[in-house]
Amino acid sequence: MPSLPDMTTPQVAELARQQAQAHPAHPTVPQPDEGQEALFETLLRIGDSALVLGHRVSEWCGHSPALEEDIALANVALDLIGQTQLWLGLAGEVEGQGRTADDLAYLRDAWDFRNLLICERPNGDFGHTLMRQFLFDAWHHEMLKGLAASSDPRLAEIAAKAGKEVAYHLERSSDLVVRLGDGTGESHRRMQQALDALWPYAGEMFLGDDKDAQMAARGIAPDPASLRAGWDATLRHVLTEATLQIPEGDFSHKGGRQGIHTEQLGYILAEMQFLQRAYPGASW
Amino acid sequence: MYAQLVKSEGTKAREEMTPEEIAFQERIDRGEKIEPKEWMPEGYRKTLVRQIGQHAHSEIVGQLPEGNWITRAPTLERKAILLAKVQDEAGHGLYLYSAAETLGVSRDELMKLLHAGKMKYSSIFNYPTLTWADMGAVGWLVDGAAIMNQVPLQRTSYGPYSRAMIRICKEESFHQRQGYAVMMKLAQGTPAQKRMAQDALNRFWYPSLMMFGPSDKDSVHSAQSMAWKIKINTNDELRQKFVDQTVPQAEYLGLTVPDPDLKWNEEKGGYDFSEPDWSEFFDVIAGNGPCNKDRLGARVKAWEDGAWFRDGLMAHAEKAAARRAQAAE
Amino acid sequence: MSKEWPLWEVFIRGQHGLNHRHVGSLHAPDAEMAIMNARDVYTRRNEGVSIWVVPSAQITASSPSDKGPLFEPSNAKVYRHPTFFDIPEEVGHM
Repeated sequence: MPSLPDMTTPQVAELARQQAQAHPAHPTVPQPDEGQEALFETLLRIGDSALVLGHRVSEWCGHSPALEEDIALANVALDLIGQTQLWLGLAGEVEGQGRTADDLAYLRDAWDFRNLLICERPNGDFGHTLMRQFLFDAWHHEMLKGLAASSDPRLAEIAAKAGKEVAYHLERSSDLVVRLGDGTGESHRRMQQALDALWPYAGEMFLGDDKDAQMAARGIAPDPASLRAGWDATLRHVLTEATLQIPEGDFSHKGGRQGIHTEQLGYILAEMQFLQRAYPGASW
Repeated sequence: MYAQLVKSEGTKAREEMTPEEIAFQERIDRGEKIEPKEWMPEGYRKTLVRQIGQHAHSEIVGQLPEGNWITRAPTLERKAILLAKVQDEAGHGLYLYSAAETLGVSRDELMKLLHAGKMKYSSIFNYPTLTWADMGAVGWLVDGAAIMNQVPLQRTSYGPYSRAMIRICKEESFHQRQGYAVMMKLAQGTPAQKRMAQDALNRFWYPSLMMFGPSDKDSVHSAQSMAWKIKINTNDELRQKFVDQTVPQAEYLGLTVPDPDLKWNEEKGGYDFSEPDWSEFFDVIAGNGPCNKDRLGARVKAWEDGAWFRDGLMAHAEKAAARRAQAAE
Repeated sequence: MSKEWPLWEVFIRGQHGLNHRHVGSLHAPDAEMAIMNARDVYTRRNEGVSIWVVPSAQITASSPSDKGPLFEPSNAKVYRHPTFFDIPEEVGHM
């Protein structure tokens, strides 16, 4: 047994530092692979966005303006929940701590969530929900195109499947944005208001950090900034046809992908996680 | 059932019938289907509009008590299943409204009658869903009771109604099973989960029995509807069948049906059971159930809040059509 | 205003090579949306590969009371059915 440093000496801090330098890490615990950690993070970012937006969209079920819309929107929510299962399932695998998709969805607190802030914005009126969906879909579509070309086949496979679903989401949300923008005076006004209100949450989709840089360098996930051009083109095309004005400002709220959220997420989780929290360990 | 206390019109003895009415009745007796534009007695048409409309309203109001738990479902899979099920109910409402529309009434008109309180929906949806176990109880008992009625209605005399029921029954086959699966999980779970399951059964048992409506042995409306094959079985027949089917399922779960007088009757080959409190039923039908105001309020709100959306899309479609017409000139 | 969305009849081709079959109706402001709604409403269980929509108002139906005159004449033309002809067994499958 190695001798312990003499705790009574005034140089205890210095001794501790020397000790640490001599034994940089516990020899039996594997060092967290920085790449794995970034990959885990990337999977949470995409999976949490699908989870939180799917949750929001599902709030409409039974309350939409027409039966056909109720059914269509539920399909979108179902797709997003299905994608969540895949992304978070893979995240749990990559993390290697035995956590399932459900563990990740239901047993993390807000600061561990990595979704885009736009996904947690309240539904507002139906136009607001559709505009949020359109802005997200246009990004999601680009993102999944990038991920489908991932050097990691597990990601590529999920992205290919999700990409087909999201192509349809985008077709539908674009179509509705055009129709409502170019509908009545009231529908136009509501859609413009929704666009103005959501605009400051759009920029976050294209802000990268060092984790994104790592993933992009390894060809695992696209650099967020690289998605902007495609997104801009979709927006210009759809919003012009919708006779809506793209807002001027380029201010952007951010932090969701790093775990700093709006107040909304806490309420979403309080609701979503209630049963898992109230009956710990129960099986459903 | 989803259509309770449907008042039927024009009950007539055979000797009072016109030759047309006799011919119509004979077609039904031969098992022929009546199709939209064919001649039918006005009473047949009105009764069908009332019944199919009530059935459709029940589907969309029925989305609410379960929709209530979509955002609180305990796992991703349960959330997806519940959402898919509640979505199916919207679809079933849509199919049924379409069937009613073939009788010359529009969906919007029916919606307005619902919102004005002039048409009813099933009493069951005025009960609250208080715990997750209610998702199990609703699927198992409420859908179970509904299926009991809907399966024979596939043979109803009106073609579009019959076809809607066939499609609905096909889609609904998973609904009751998912409810029972929720109950099984709870019944095999922790003591708290088991208590939750029992509590849900306690609250939903009698309201489920009420779904079949009061005894109709003496009801002239039922007699006429049965002659027209709009109604296939009596309320009492279906209720008995439901109890006989459900009691062993409850036993399998290890749950107790909240009826001290429930007893197997060897002679009739079915259970003897207590009647629900019919005064409660009539209170609920009259608007005084625990959730009547909330349920109808939610439907009215969805309708009113959505008006600008429906109008916006209609306006765009008209503008686009006008632009196309102009371009073609 | 508040004009009701028109009603559409939906026809779906279930598999490649089959006829489109009438599956039901729905409401939509125009044909394009009717197609999208049909996809969401009537193919939730992978039921289709192709969708047709037709405004319900555009459907012209035979009058039910014509059922006799329209269809009975063909009942008489039994020679249109293969079983009308007796072919000796020795000839083999035909």
